[in-house]
Amino acid sequence: MSVGLIFLVVLVLAAAGYFVGRARALSLSAQSGRKLHSLPSYYGQTVALFIAVPAFFVLIAWLFIQPIVIDSRVNGMVPDSVIPDGGARSLVISDVRRIANGLDAVLSRDAIDESALTDGSIDFSSIRGRLADVGVALVGDVPTEVFEAAKAYRQGAKFGNMMMTVAVLLVAIAFGAWSYTWIRPDMRARNISETFIKALLIASSTVAILTTAGIVGSLVFETINFFKMYPASDFFFSTVWNPQFRGGSDLGIWPLLWGTLYISLIALLVAVPIGLMIAIYLAEYASKAVRSVAKPMIEVLAGIPTIVYGLFALITVGPFLRDYFAQPMGLGSSSSSVLTAGLVMGIMIIPFVSSLSDDIINAVPQSLRDGSYGLGATQSETIKKVILPAALPGVVGAILLAASRAIGETMIVVLGAGAAAKLDLNPFEAMTTVTVKIVSQLTGDTEFASPETLVAFALGLTLFVITLGLNVVALYIVRKYREQYE
Amino acid sequence: MTDVSVFGNVAKDIQTKSILEPDARTRRRNAAEARFRLWGAIAVALGVLALVGLLASIFSNGLSSFRQTYVTLDVFLDPAKLDKDGSRDPASIAKVSTFGYTPLIEKALAEAMAAKGISVDGMNAKAASELISKEAPASLRNHVIANPSEIGETVSFDLLASGRIDGYYKGRVTMESAALDRNTSPEQLQLAERLKEAGILTTRFNWDFFTAPDASDTRPEASGLGVAILGSAYMMLIVLVLSLPLGVAASIYLEEFAPQNRFTDLIEVNIANLAAVPSIVFGILGLAVFINFAGLPQSAPIVGGLVLTLMTLPTIIIATRAALKAVPPSIRDAALGVGASKMQSIFHHVLPLAMPGILTGTIIGLAQALGETAPLLLIGMVAFVREYPAGPPDGFFDPASALPVQVYNWTQRGDPAFVERASGAIIVLLVFLILMNLIAIILRRRFERRW
Repeated sequence: MSVGLIFLVVLVLAAAGYFVGRARALSLSAQSGRKLHSLPSYYGQTVALFIAVPAFFVLIAWLFIQPIVIDSRVNGMVPDSVIPDGGARSLVISDVRRIANGLDAVLSRDAIDESALTDGSIDFSSIRGRLADVGVALVGDVPTEVFEAAKAYRQGAKFGNMMMTVAVLLVAIAFGAWSYTWIRPDMRARNISETFIKALLIASSTVAILTTAGIVGSLVFETINFFKMYPASDFFFSTVWNPQFRGGSDLGIWPLLWGTLYISLIALLVAVPIGLMIAIYLAEYASKAVRSVAKPMIEVLAGIPTIVYGLFALITVGPFLRDYFAQPMGLGSSSSSVLTAGLVMGIMIIPFVSSLSDDIINAVPQSLRDGSYGLGATQSETIKKVILPAALPGVVGAILLAASRAIGETMIVVLGAGAAAKLDLNPFEAMTTVTVKIVSQLTGDTEFASPETLVAFALGLTLFVITLGLNVVALYIVRKYREQYE
Repeated sequence: MTDVSVFGNVAKDIQTKSILEPDARTRRRNAAEARFRLWGAIAVALGVLALVGLLASIFSNGLSSFRQTYVTLDVFLDPAKLDKDGSRDPASIAKVSTFGYTPLIEKALAEAMAAKGISVDGMNAKAASELISKEAPASLRNHVIANPSEIGETVSFDLLASGRIDGYYKGRVTMESAALDRNTSPEQLQLAERLKEAGILTTRFNWDFFTAPDASDTRPEASGLGVAILGSAYMMLIVLVLSLPLGVAASIYLEEFAPQNRFTDLIEVNIANLAAVPSIVFGILGLAVFINFAGLPQSAPIVGGLVLTLMTLPTIIIATRAALKAVPPSIRDAALGVGASKMQSIFHHVLPLAMPGILTGTIIGLAQALGETAPLLLIGMVAFVREYPAGPPDGFFDPASALPVQVYNWTQRGDPAFVERASGAIIVLLVFLILMNLIAIILRRRFERRW
């Protein structure tokens, strides 16, 4: 049975369990003449929960574990001799997987009987063409061991799937029946089902922890793999980024980090003055009418997907800067440049600066303003000498948050900044960033277990650490500041 | 004594003129005030201008993708060529490749030109047929295979004009640029003009843009958003089904049940940090965990949906907690007072009252997820997909594209016609986002209660 169908069957079983459990509670109470401890629906709910929840847990666990078990078994079937020189085991295994999936398609398309595979009447040479027909094109010669492994993989997957169906349904029925026989009029059904639901609530709130663990785990694990193949000192201290398809790459992070910081700096130079002035104007000067129109319009900037900004940089800002600034000044002829990406990213983070600063300026107590006005200061003097110093920690926090957003931004730099990794000061040159290289290294055709691909995880970890650090500092500052006036 | 001397210094500056006549210092200060205010107004204007410029650029580039140039021809479906054995069997008709259909279109165009008396110097029938998209024979073939009974008849077809001709009517291609272009010529454009006068060539609304799948590099005129819209819809469905219950459950626990302890703090810190993790890191997570570890297929909506779910969860949790917090404690107290259990008071009373806020937060989270691109690039959604995914739930595991990724994909192509397509796709994306946000605003306006 497919996963979707199993899911549906379990749901139907649970629904049936609800009515059966409820009916049993009512009839037992009528027979014995005792009042039920809980409302009848709670007895049904208990049975339904006992049917559905353990079954779904088994289902999810099985879906995760089965591929691992099968992979390790198939791995044993592939001898080292069939792995091509310089190739990786993982590639052969992925071939096995593709052939196995292709066999399914071939069997269903050509209506070949299952037994034809096992009794050997179909050998690999005859099926190769058919595999190509269903979209599994195989490069080079595939040894028979791999074909055998693919058949074993298929068998294993099929068997596992069947076992999964049996196991899930068995668990559902067993737990359902057990909770059903448990029903008595004095059973504390509401307490049981509420404890159950509370456990589910706790489980869902741990998803956040699991996600963080998944992110950190996968980044750290693959980064360690990367450093086994490529020296960490070269990664952190080399100033050359030059990945090669055939090994011998230079993978120094500095050119990427420089591009990232340069672009973020330009973005902040655009966003901080504009965003701060917007916040000041809207908080201190603007009439209610202006504020009610301008504030949402500025905030729309934050809701626009970054791919839109990327396209804006690519088709409008980049060519404009090139034709009117870079080429007349003889500074470069590339439409993707640090300045293009920085300007557009600056526009994107204006609302991050302005909204948060606006809140913080509004949180400065009115008494400070009144005191300043009472001494004869003008409004702008009050803002510059009293309000901004009072709001400074919060504003710094807002700027740090915007900086972390700028450093982690991907689509604008992918489309606007270019792909050349270099250490340069000219803002009209194309440069590249950490995020651009994560995308290009992971979407390329290089094999997964090579330093050229795994470097993306090391870059990701660097990015994660930097943005997380900035955020923690920023949140700390903002929170500390808020307490000041509360 | 100091007081006196200070007073004496100030006394020199004390005005001797009327207070209605400002002195130089006051004027300076007032000018500084006016300047500062002006800077503020300029900053606001710049922000608004940036928004307007952004939208104007996208719309001016993209609106033309909703119109498309077609050539209407009466094509004779020659049985001698399409169905040699005369069986009308779809399998045998399918043996004729698209190359078999090209001469039919060529002939039909030549006949139409002859009938209207159109001819342009230096254009033979072959050069004239280059006006029509390379996609046209394929769509003709699909039609014939679907309707074998029409073989032998003359059927009227709306065939796509080639990308350059289409571009000519959208102002992208001019006579001058055509002279330098390898893919078209001024003569072709003249011919197109004549055909337009004769009513054979028309430019009208482009429904195919919403339904057709992506097309190859050389056929921008045939590319559409069908697969991308379907892929995005699948992912939004997965995100909604997974993140709403998970997010609401987590929020209820954290807001209503969680005791103040280390474990709760850990969860809170995690949620706050997840909201700030760059989206591309979620892509790396999806690649490492869902594809490499769990073995889910690449480019599939299920993987995209799972990754976007994890990204959307913090947004939904934060919104839901705010909504739960906004429900006054008196509601809970009243429920508890008449004998409800804590769980009953929450599920029967607090949650329904918080629902508008929760839904608003969910829709905004979905809108964010819809526009997210970077993580989808890493899980292989950039692949060129022409096949529609199957219906759910099997289709969740089929390769698909997504709207923002399709935009990225088109920006990486050489033909300038794809810039128009990418901008058009953005307009479609923005329309979806505006709709979702409007629904969220209406929900909030209509159902939100102020206590």
